[in-house]
Amino acid sequence: MKNFKYVIKDEIGIHARPAGLLVKEAGKFQSAITLKSGAKSGDAKRIFGIMGMAVKQNDEVTVEADGADEDEAIAALKKFFEENL
Amino acid sequence: MIVLEGKSVFNDICMGNISFYKRKESVIKRYKVEDTDAEIKRFESAKEKGKKQLQSLYEKALADVGEANAAIFEIHQMMLEDLDYCESIINIINSQQVNAEYAVGVTADNFTAMFAAMDDAYMQGRAADVKDVSERLLKILTNAEDGIQILNDKVVIAADDLVPSETVQLDKDKVLGFIMQNGSANSHTAILARSMGIPAIIGLGEDLKKEFDGKYVIVDGFHGKVYIEPDEETLAVMEKRRKESLERKELLQQLKDKEDITLDGTKINIYANIGNSSDVGNVLKNDANGIGLFRSEFLYLENSDYPTEEQQFAAYKTVAENMAGKKVIIRTLDIGADKKVDYFKLDKEENPALGYRAIRICLTRKEIFKTQLRALYRAAIFGNISIMFPMIISVEEVKAIKVIIAQVKEELKQEGIPFKENVETGIMIETPASVMISDELAKEVDFFSVGTNDLTQYTLAIDRQNQKLEPFYNAHHKAVLKMIKMAADNAHAEGKWIGICGELGADITLTEEFLKMGIDELSVSASMVLEVRKRVREIDLTK
Repeated sequence: MKNFKYVIKDEIGIHARPAGLLVKEAGKFQSAITLKSGAKSGDAKRIFGIMGMAVKQNDEVTVEADGADEDEAIAALKKFFEENL
Repeated sequence: MIVLEGKSVFNDICMGNISFYKRKESVIKRYKVEDTDAEIKRFESAKEKGKKQLQSLYEKALADVGEANAAIFEIHQMMLEDLDYCESIINIINSQQVNAEYAVGVTADNFTAMFAAMDDAYMQGRAADVKDVSERLLKILTNAEDGIQILNDKVVIAADDLVPSETVQLDKDKVLGFIMQNGSANSHTAILARSMGIPAIIGLGEDLKKEFDGKYVIVDGFHGKVYIEPDEETLAVMEKRRKESLERKELLQQLKDKEDITLDGTKINIYANIGNSSDVGNVLKNDANGIGLFRSEFLYLENSDYPTEEQQFAAYKTVAENMAGKKVIIRTLDIGADKKVDYFKLDKEENPALGYRAIRICLTRKEIFKTQLRALYRAAIFGNISIMFPMIISVEEVKAIKVIIAQVKEELKQEGIPFKENVETGIMIETPASVMISDELAKEVDFFSVGTNDLTQYTLAIDRQNQKLEPFYNAHHKAVLKMIKMAADNAHAEGKWIGICGELGADITLTEEFLKMGIDELSVSASMVLEVRKRVREIDLTK
């Protein structure tokens, strides 16, 4: 299992569009990918779950990947968060 | 006559009969099914069909209103595929042995409730998306019509609020405008109405009654008013205003995609001035070939504290991306004089126009300046950004700016943050001093942009706010025109280009003179772009 932490910079947090992009990105990997924020957590491959977490600007999130391609998944998602959120 | 007031999301006027949007409310019946597998298959095939519909809606919206607005249909596709959503539907079918319609309805209610309960206005608004997606499934399952209204006459659409798929499916040629009971300036209806360029007034509330269906109405988007069964006087006033607005639109139609070129083949760039990242839509709609002045002050004026680098980066990046490779000239902070911001804690000045403002603040409070420059150099990767510095009076200032730019780049490099190495930089010519030394300044920068408002005020020593000075004021004063000519000659002698971004740039009685001076660019308010283009295309410099 691999993970990284990230503080959301986007002004309106993980809103519909980045949530959609995140689901797309996470869907590229076999590993189970989980997004955690405070006490809440969600499957990064499920758009409603992600949007339902209502992650806001300045929230710290942890992204976890568990599976065969977890290294690649973490690298790609880290890049994704930095570029989009 | 009944007058209603709401919030306008697009400035235009239209008049016509009201058509209350008729929705086929799908009544969901619950019934028992024996073969749950077959029922799940029915749901799966409806889902596939829905995805296909959304894909074609996405493509239609992409062509009509652009990627950013079309993205919602891509998100709807993802919602339709969402595992939580689908599992919930399948579970209900399996566990309760019920029909797919019922399972979709219950699931939709649950997910809608989840969004509606969130303490975030944006997310609450997403409940509409869940509803929209679910309605689509239900329509497919019940073989209901697709919701496309066949309109025979041009009408003003009235509704509580429209969901995105409803707005985009409307036959645009038949829609004069929108009047909505609910909705916010950020609702999809508002966004789409703006990109379609039709008047829309939202938030009219319960006063907008269904019984108005078929009645004659005037929608005044300039004032956010709706006149139902207007009297003759109102009608005449509005008719006149609508005509003016229409003439402008016709102008727009004729000149869109036309080059900014004179009869003898002299080219000039006509750009637009903007004061907020949200103005880009208007720039593109009016077919400007770039942004000649992006006033970055809004970032500071709208904030209660210094805007962060990320905030600024996001705003610049968005504009650069939306302009898709067209030039975007961003002017650095021009606070001071008449633009006051509390958190800057600036002292009261006897003579603010000649005071501590613009580049003078930036060169003494370098952290503020550096934050902005970092954001600009980073955003420059995403489009064709140029940077312009205001209120320059000396070569030393330009050199000081260059030192700071070099520091900023070095810091970004060390932090491993990507940025664009070579960004075009220029200065505003708005002080008589900068004109007099424009030969030297031209050696130091890539371009000039003349700020005629300040240049006129400083050259004539006339405060434009002072009514008493009106008889002494001459917008076309020779001194100012000679200054512009001088700066132009000096720019060209060094092979640099020069533009005008002040009010005079849009003065079509001067366009010919500017062209003769060899002015390379005119940056005007978006609504003036096509009028200036029209003038340019009439001029023959050989005559």
